[in-house]
Amino acid sequence: MSDIIAARDEAEVADAVRTALSAGKTLEIRGHGSKRAVGRPSQTDLTLDLSALTGVTLYEPEELVLSARAATPRADIEDMLAASGQMLAFEPMDPAPLLGSAAGAGTTSGTLGGLFAVNLSGPRRISHGAVRDHALGIKAVSGRGEPFKSGGRVVKNVTGYDLPRLMAGAFGTLCVATEITLKVLPRPPMEETLVAKVASPEAAAAALSAAMGSSCEVSGAAFLPEGVAGRLPGLSGSPAVVALRLEGVAPSVSARRTMLRAVLAPFGAADVLETDASRALWLGVRDVAPFCGLGERAVWRISTEPMAGPALAARLAADLGGEAFCDWAGGLIWLCLPGESAHGDAVRAALAPHGGHATLIRATAAERARTPVFQPLDTALAALTKRVKESFDPGLVLNPGRMHAGM
Amino acid sequence: MTGTAPGLRMPDADARVLARRSDIIADLKAIVPGEGVIAHEREMRPYESDALTAYKQLPLVVVLPSTTAQVAAVLKYCHDNEIRVVPRGAGTSLSGGALPLEDAVLLGLGKFNKILEIDTPNRCAVVQPGVTNLGISKAVDHLGFYYAPDPSSQIACTIGGNVAENSGGVHCLKYGLTTNNVLGAELVLITGEIVRLGGKHLDAGGLDLLSVVIGSEGLLGVVTEVTVRLLKKPDTARAVLVGFPTSEDAGECVARIIAAGIIPAGIEMMDKDAIAAAEAFVNVGYPLDVEALLIVELDGPEAECAHLLEEVTRIAQACNSVTLRVSTSEAERLGFWAGRKAAFPAVGRLSPDYLCMDGTIPRRQLPFVLARMRELGAKYGLRCANVFHAGDGNLHPLILYDANAPGELHAAESFGADILRLCVEVGGVLTGEHGVGVEKRDLMDTMFNEVDLAQQQRMKCAFDDKSLLNPGKVFPTLHRCAEFGRMHVSGGALPFPDLPRF
Repeated sequence: MSDIIAARDEAEVADAVRTALSAGKTLEIRGHGSKRAVGRPSQTDLTLDLSALTGVTLYEPEELVLSARAATPRADIEDMLAASGQMLAFEPMDPAPLLGSAAGAGTTSGTLGGLFAVNLSGPRRISHGAVRDHALGIKAVSGRGEPFKSGGRVVKNVTGYDLPRLMAGAFGTLCVATEITLKVLPRPPMEETLVAKVASPEAAAAALSAAMGSSCEVSGAAFLPEGVAGRLPGLSGSPAVVALRLEGVAPSVSARRTMLRAVLAPFGAADVLETDASRALWLGVRDVAPFCGLGERAVWRISTEPMAGPALAARLAADLGGEAFCDWAGGLIWLCLPGESAHGDAVRAALAPHGGHATLIRATAAERARTPVFQPLDTALAALTKRVKESFDPGLVLNPGRMHAGM
Repeated sequence: MTGTAPGLRMPDADARVLARRSDIIADLKAIVPGEGVIAHEREMRPYESDALTAYKQLPLVVVLPSTTAQVAAVLKYCHDNEIRVVPRGAGTSLSGGALPLEDAVLLGLGKFNKILEIDTPNRCAVVQPGVTNLGISKAVDHLGFYYAPDPSSQIACTIGGNVAENSGGVHCLKYGLTTNNVLGAELVLITGEIVRLGGKHLDAGGLDLLSVVIGSEGLLGVVTEVTVRLLKKPDTARAVLVGFPTSEDAGECVARIIAAGIIPAGIEMMDKDAIAAAEAFVNVGYPLDVEALLIVELDGPEAECAHLLEEVTRIAQACNSVTLRVSTSEAERLGFWAGRKAAFPAVGRLSPDYLCMDGTIPRRQLPFVLARMRELGAKYGLRCANVFHAGDGNLHPLILYDANAPGELHAAESFGADILRLCVEVGGVLTGEHGVGVEKRDLMDTMFNEVDLAQQQRMKCAFDDKSLLNPGKVFPTLHRCAEFGRMHVSGGALPFPDLPRF
């Protein structure tokens, strides 16, 4: 465990980074540490502990905007939003249950800065966008130890480069976020889910595409093969199904249920999960419940073109002896392998014809050191990525090597 | 430098480049044969400005490549020879983003006008950057799909330009901006290297570089292919037209609609001057005795529209609405919009010239900002009509002036700058969707300090190490990238406090 520097405000963060830079030391940026086990294993000299940077600094429900310091607990923010009937529409994944003991993490669901840094959006990604789509503004300290800001608190803003979105998913490698401003949205008053059996992965892709290509405004669309489905709430003993979520005001959900049944008719009859059962199901999909509690068996998160997803998931599971399911209308594959070996070359070779990227979300530290955790970049893109990293952090002080070796 | 309006300083032309003009033209003709290189003054004239017509400048030469390989070769040539490049789509920028430079190649993407692939099973299309915004929606209309962002210039503006400016439109409250609707792009760097960002899948596998390319105003690279997200057209769309006795009431109505958990497809507001101008122009039955008019559009299943229209009606009445009409037919709904969409030309009839501003404010500041704008109008002796994307706080004040009246252009520009400073003062920003370009360049320091701007420019240097792409736009100072490497802040003081500004 490296030495820890605790910072209580932006000035102390800037001091810590400047001190590290001038001493030639590297920093691991940490909030609650709930996602430490995601990414390449960290080998930094020091840990910069942000956990004291808490507090919501602005919340105006009628303006759909919230700002909070980076280490504000995610749970606090979600409670505050819920009290005003609002939500983080991108439905961020809580990786703690999946990482389990592998993370060395406790029971925390992490911080705002953490969920922002990893950009792991949940089922509603397909209809409402990702974490990055809701990023409006950021205050941060660069790897030079300079505090800077970008963006603002309004949605329509093209004043300068859109750095807040770049920071979402940068895993703290470009800057230390100290305060983040997000767009928030009303929470739909009700939801339900239609569940229909599918005969094959190809039929699943067709059913998901038909639903998404309808005007039913589906806000969750998953392919759950037999075996996986049975380990999700509300679907015990289920054969392979597609699950489709409808959210909104009651008259709208009711009308869209009728429309969606018609869309699904060629594939078979659909059962309905009411609000509570529907919520439980999508929470399970969001947090990858079927693959939780399986030690450090390798888990991949693969984003690809939606139509290719179900068949690719089935093939990877069969070829490698694992299990897989799809979220995002087929476009997001969760693949759990039978052991700790990640089989990175096989996974990425199978993905290559379809395009996209594969990220090794859960694996032992040794496996994450051996296998590129993030999708390898081609020469020109790797060089550009390195230059962008250095434009924020020329001394490679901040989370070096967390995403790619040598940067 | 000739042509550009007084008061706007652009980077000094590189005399060595100007001296080599004929050699450069010959070299470019070898890369882009046939009619792809335009060097005669008369033929370059159509390229001397974009939609910000107050500023004009002939470029060094116009190059119109038709393949990505040609774009890459032109950029590599310019990089090797240290020649500046100004990219251009349809030239509809309202902020001067495509204003040429005397010593720069104007790189037009107009020949990239093909739709390469329509993939409705994956709900996306792959298009070249010169395809118009509306052209995408038209190409997929028969399949029941559309491309959501709909800037007012959508009949002419191109998707490449939309990517450069992160364009919005009247429906972005619900459906997002360009950045939320573009999945991927092919980008040619100034070195001629080609990188692919994103694709038919969602999100980035590494750093999300696409997010900074979108809205980068042609300063980071040249986009040669775009993958856009397609949406299924909603079953129904209905609009309600509501008049209020005060802008405060209208603003309160917008706030209460959103607080009730309703996100309409669009909420537009017009003030009395804009209502009168629009009604005189298109005659669609706007009430003339109200201070503010809202158009609230709801879309989705019939049942949802009907339900939410009832809610919106109830809220509007509680906010003192004096007139309220719900569209009962598609023709009536389009009529409601016809006035709003014609607001710019309608206001143009009131005055020989007008300046269209583009700030964004937190919505609740609207009454205060409108009152302050009236005071400023009195101070400058100029009228100002207001149209407003009320749902997302994006203001478009239209300042009326006469360019032939001595001093009026200057007064209009000063008025506009004061409005934008006011937007920043109340927590908003300088530009919501038109871009910084040259128009708002010298106001950037009202929103950002030197460190903020230096960080942005450092990132530009990661894409463009010689600062050759669209120089003189967005940033109030032009630095060589090497200077940023040395820059350190000490006690809040920068090492170059006296750097010349243009």
